[in-house]
Amino acid sequence: MLKTILARLALAALATASIGPAFAQGTIKIAYTDPLSGPFAQVGDANLKQMNYILDYINSKGGALGKKFELVPFDNKSQPSDALIALKSATDQNMPFIMQCSGSNIAAALIDGVNKHNARNPDNRIIYINCGAVATELTNEQCSFWHYRFDAHAAEKAAVMVQALPKDVAKVYLLNQDYLFGQSVQRDVKTFLAKLRPDVQVVGDELIPLGKVKDFAPYVTKIKASGAQALLTGNWGPDMNLLIKAGIDAGVDLRYYTMYAHLAGGAVAIGPGGDGKVYSVQAFNENIAPEIGNAEAEAWTKEFRAKFPFDFYAAGFRTIFEFLAAGINKAGSADPTKVAYALEDLKIKDFLGFEIRMRKDDHQIIGPYFVGIFKKGVKYDSEKTGLGWATAATVQAKDIEQPTTCKMQRPKS
Amino acid sequence: MSAETTSTPIATVRAPGLLRRHWPWLAAIAIALLLPWLFFDWTKGRHSGFVLTMLSEIGLMSVFALSFNMLMGQTGLLSFGHAILFGLGGYCTAHALNAVKAGTLWLPVELVPLVGGLGGLVFGAAFGYVVTKQRATAFAMITMGLGELVAACALMFMGFFGGEGGIPTDRMVGTSLVGVDYSSSWQVYCLIVAWVAIATVLMRLQTQTPLGRMANAQRDNFERTQFVGYDPRMIRFYQFTLSGFFAGIGGALYVLVYEIVTFDTVAAAKSATALLATYIGGAGSFLGPFLGTVVVVLLQSGVSLISNAWLLYVGGLFIVMVMFAPGGIMGIVARHEPIARIGRLGELVVPYARILPPGLLSVLGFVTLVELAQLTTIGAAQNKSLAIGGQAIDPHSALPWATGAVMLIGGGLWLRREARVFRVRWDALIEEAKARGLPV
Amino acid sequence: MEVFLVSLLNGLVYGMLLFMLASGLTLILSMMGVLNFAHASAYMLGAYFAFTLSQHIGFWPALVIAPLLCGLLGAAIEMYGLRRVHRNGHIAELLFTFGLALIIEKVVQMTWGLLPVPYRVPAGLDFPLFSIYGTHFPAYRAFMLLISLLMFGAIWLGLTRTRIGLVIQAALTHPDMVGALGHNVPRVFTIVFAAGTALAGLAGVIGGNYQVTEPAMAFTMGPIVFVVVVFGGLGSLTGCFIASLLMGLIQTFAVVLDYSPADLLKQFGVTVTSATPFHEVLTVPLPRIGALLPFLLLVLILVFKPRGLMGTRDT
Repeated sequence: MLKTILARLALAALATASIGPAFAQGTIKIAYTDPLSGPFAQVGDANLKQMNYILDYINSKGGALGKKFELVPFDNKSQPSDALIALKSATDQNMPFIMQCSGSNIAAALIDGVNKHNARNPDNRIIYINCGAVATELTNEQCSFWHYRFDAHAAEKAAVMVQALPKDVAKVYLLNQDYLFGQSVQRDVKTFLAKLRPDVQVVGDELIPLGKVKDFAPYVTKIKASGAQALLTGNWGPDMNLLIKAGIDAGVDLRYYTMYAHLAGGAVAIGPGGDGKVYSVQAFNENIAPEIGNAEAEAWTKEFRAKFPFDFYAAGFRTIFEFLAAGINKAGSADPTKVAYALEDLKIKDFLGFEIRMRKDDHQIIGPYFVGIFKKGVKYDSEKTGLGWATAATVQAKDIEQPTTCKMQRPKS
Repeated sequence: MSAETTSTPIATVRAPGLLRRHWPWLAAIAIALLLPWLFFDWTKGRHSGFVLTMLSEIGLMSVFALSFNMLMGQTGLLSFGHAILFGLGGYCTAHALNAVKAGTLWLPVELVPLVGGLGGLVFGAAFGYVVTKQRATAFAMITMGLGELVAACALMFMGFFGGEGGIPTDRMVGTSLVGVDYSSSWQVYCLIVAWVAIATVLMRLQTQTPLGRMANAQRDNFERTQFVGYDPRMIRFYQFTLSGFFAGIGGALYVLVYEIVTFDTVAAAKSATALLATYIGGAGSFLGPFLGTVVVVLLQSGVSLISNAWLLYVGGLFIVMVMFAPGGIMGIVARHEPIARIGRLGELVVPYARILPPGLLSVLGFVTLVELAQLTTIGAAQNKSLAIGGQAIDPHSALPWATGAVMLIGGGLWLRREARVFRVRWDALIEEAKARGLPV
Repeated sequence: MEVFLVSLLNGLVYGMLLFMLASGLTLILSMMGVLNFAHASAYMLGAYFAFTLSQHIGFWPALVIAPLLCGLLGAAIEMYGLRRVHRNGHIAELLFTFGLALIIEKVVQMTWGLLPVPYRVPAGLDFPLFSIYGTHFPAYRAFMLLISLLMFGAIWLGLTRTRIGLVIQAALTHPDMVGALGHNVPRVFTIVFAAGTALAGLAGVIGGNYQVTEPAMAFTMGPIVFVVVVFGGLGSLTGCFIASLLMGLIQTFAVVLDYSPADLLKQFGVTVTSATPFHEVLTVPLPRIGALLPFLLLVLILVFKPRGLMGTRDT
């Protein structure tokens, strides 16, 4: 136990010698937790870079109530327990917000943890900002007053994917990762196909163990044999990259509909072979602004390109911080309970000019969504590959919005 | 302190001199209960949730590491899948707690860890029947395969494992024996301390049972154990099952602290943590895993807050440990025993004081270089800046790099010289101890 | 028939990629008893070295130089690290390589960044070699097959036809005796470790552009390599070869065979409904667990045959 104290002292000494987040006084602190080390560090790192870029802009515009926002990163190593420890740190320091983007397992733990914390400590509440955990349950069965989701959930993304499917596609193949997210994509895509495109036939439906398949050639063979024209998948990371690469290598005439091909690293991993074949359901791509003629937004994202070796894809993050600023201004304080009420049914115009709304019933963001196609000859290419994302379809908010089963419990304000 | 050298008969535990003989245990519990108060926030009148959770994590992980050492240290079985017992114990606990909450089961919160233990015991027996057929590398590889399978199943099957979201639960079920609602981290922490103490004492006592002794015997000489008339496979089986019980208690404590159990608890990373903690602390001694857990959790949850390069420091620490201190922390302590016995420990103070500055200097140089390197490549945009004493440092100028390199190289050379001096003194003292007929 | 032929080819290619990775590890594990967790890290380093080299001097020189660099690194690790740790036992060695794997991962992240790098198949090999029932067979796959066959041949000849190979072979089964005969066993160890690392590096050069070169590639490739080596049995290159092909083929064919235990039970007149106990497990089709089969096979074979498929020594 003496060791503990010694180690702790050493730690404290190290911390004051300070290789750490630069804390400033009088700021509105947002705890941010995602994997920042280990094999999946790229997820958190890319998010963090974009968030800081956005925050610099928002702070230069005055922040909220004259205070600047400050992001405090916590590494959760993809472990729910570490995310909960980060939650403890955030509440110890009375931070009003905690933000997390990657992994519905961690999101579920955080929703539960925040609910319990806020019920047990009414004087020290915290709001959980979900910037990318997409399990549909989180705003249905598990919905919480303290949880705000700023990304379309799996069912909405599936709806977008199905609506963007061209009319000439008659046979599709589904391939998903065998866990909560992949299974819900599988289920939702089939539901929407039956509802919106009864002419489309599902010729194959496959689940693969998460991150275990190293060679997708056999799957490609099977897809080829089934005669499918399009492959619909919710896969991410190596499970998506290797699948698309194997398909391109085998020269199968197939269109790939994905949900995550546009994230940082995706363009490099797919490579020039994906020209005109890969589609991705996305909230933003860099060519939307020039396509709709929004010069201001174009200049703003162009500046990001100059600084970082990957694309800016997180327009959703900018919406988050603009919502928070608007919510705090509306509430007149950064008190979590007041801000939480202020955010409900709040509407703003995002920087592209679309109207975005935070639905009161389940705290799910509602806004338009896009499907991009990865191809040559676009104005802004991705990650210096010469290929980039062009908008193939725009799906309006009303076509995405879905009913919720959430029965929201609200505290007394 | 090692299990083999201490031969306390069981009877003395019940002897009247309990307080006198076992004061270190009581002192440890007292310190564990006092420690959080050091970080008490007096202005807000509340405990630091972060510190309490981290201490709880240390407690529950040390139960897990100790149970792991029942296999590795005591029985000589290296398991790569021990976390499946930890996690499955956790899942059983979460289901039990939910049943208590729903009113279909009555169980005091204080006894909930027993459910985890029993879950670990049952799964330990089931898996143990298969894996204990083999020993050595074959055993390690079977446990690795099994670990991967269970981890994959935990994601695939919703019914028992709850899929990716896991099984959330609530520890405030209102069935406390002592009238506590467990709403605060402090109350849970006290419960954790109690259970860690109980589990630790039980595991300590287990090392002195005939089974514990025979486990040591089959570790040291597998063939002779058979001649004595014991079936080594049954020894392995009982030992595996029992360690499953304690791992399950660890998993149950995890559920009480975090109130959720997800597939991460059965995954390989958790197993690796136990292995690392056990080795760093010292597998050869009973309390080694405990110390190792303290170090590993502090690195994982503490240093990772400060630097993204913490995994590199962890890797570096392991390499230094396996190269220079194969017995772990407790091994280093044990090596001083003969010198202490001849009463000349004091003579090492000056040599130790002399190697400390160059040691610190080279570590500091290493850390500086790593941080500079990672700041230029990845860390810059993560809102992290390097500052020493409030002075911001520019990683693109040459001066900090040169300073780091000089500290590392200069410190290293200086350390080598001082280490030689230290070595001479040390050898002389050990010779002295040998001359007095002490075992070295 | 169509699916069968294509799957057979796919299975062979994947199996041979596994073999490239596993052959190095089987040498190291059989001979030195080191559960080398940094082996997949050498695979990753090979890919990254090849990426950087191919930007400057082209793919073909990189194919030779990158594995050599890995080999040199392996030799240095053995001489200055592992040899020292060796006397502290196998668990110490294992943890040493584990620490090394963590460090290599972080160093790769710091050097080449967190995102995948654009390491591409060389233009000269980027064309479909032939088409079989409308599915292209890329020339690069044939090239992989060729390299791995050459590798198998070279290792086999090296082990059976050269003096050092014979010493290594002898040391596989009787390390003490070889030392007693006056051979420099530590040097043999260095050579074996360097060669094993170089082979992993070569696998990285070949596999890095076929798959994706990114910092997580070591982490995801690690466990399956152990499975192949232990399944094949220690001390047997042939066992490793057969195990690699078997694992490649099993995983490939599991994808095409759409059956579940419930279908099997139906043959015996038992119908599985949602009311049947464990129905969730019983209705799992084979493709869904295809990638898990190697682990299941590993557990099964070790339970009944602790030496693995063709092992000459107890694992």
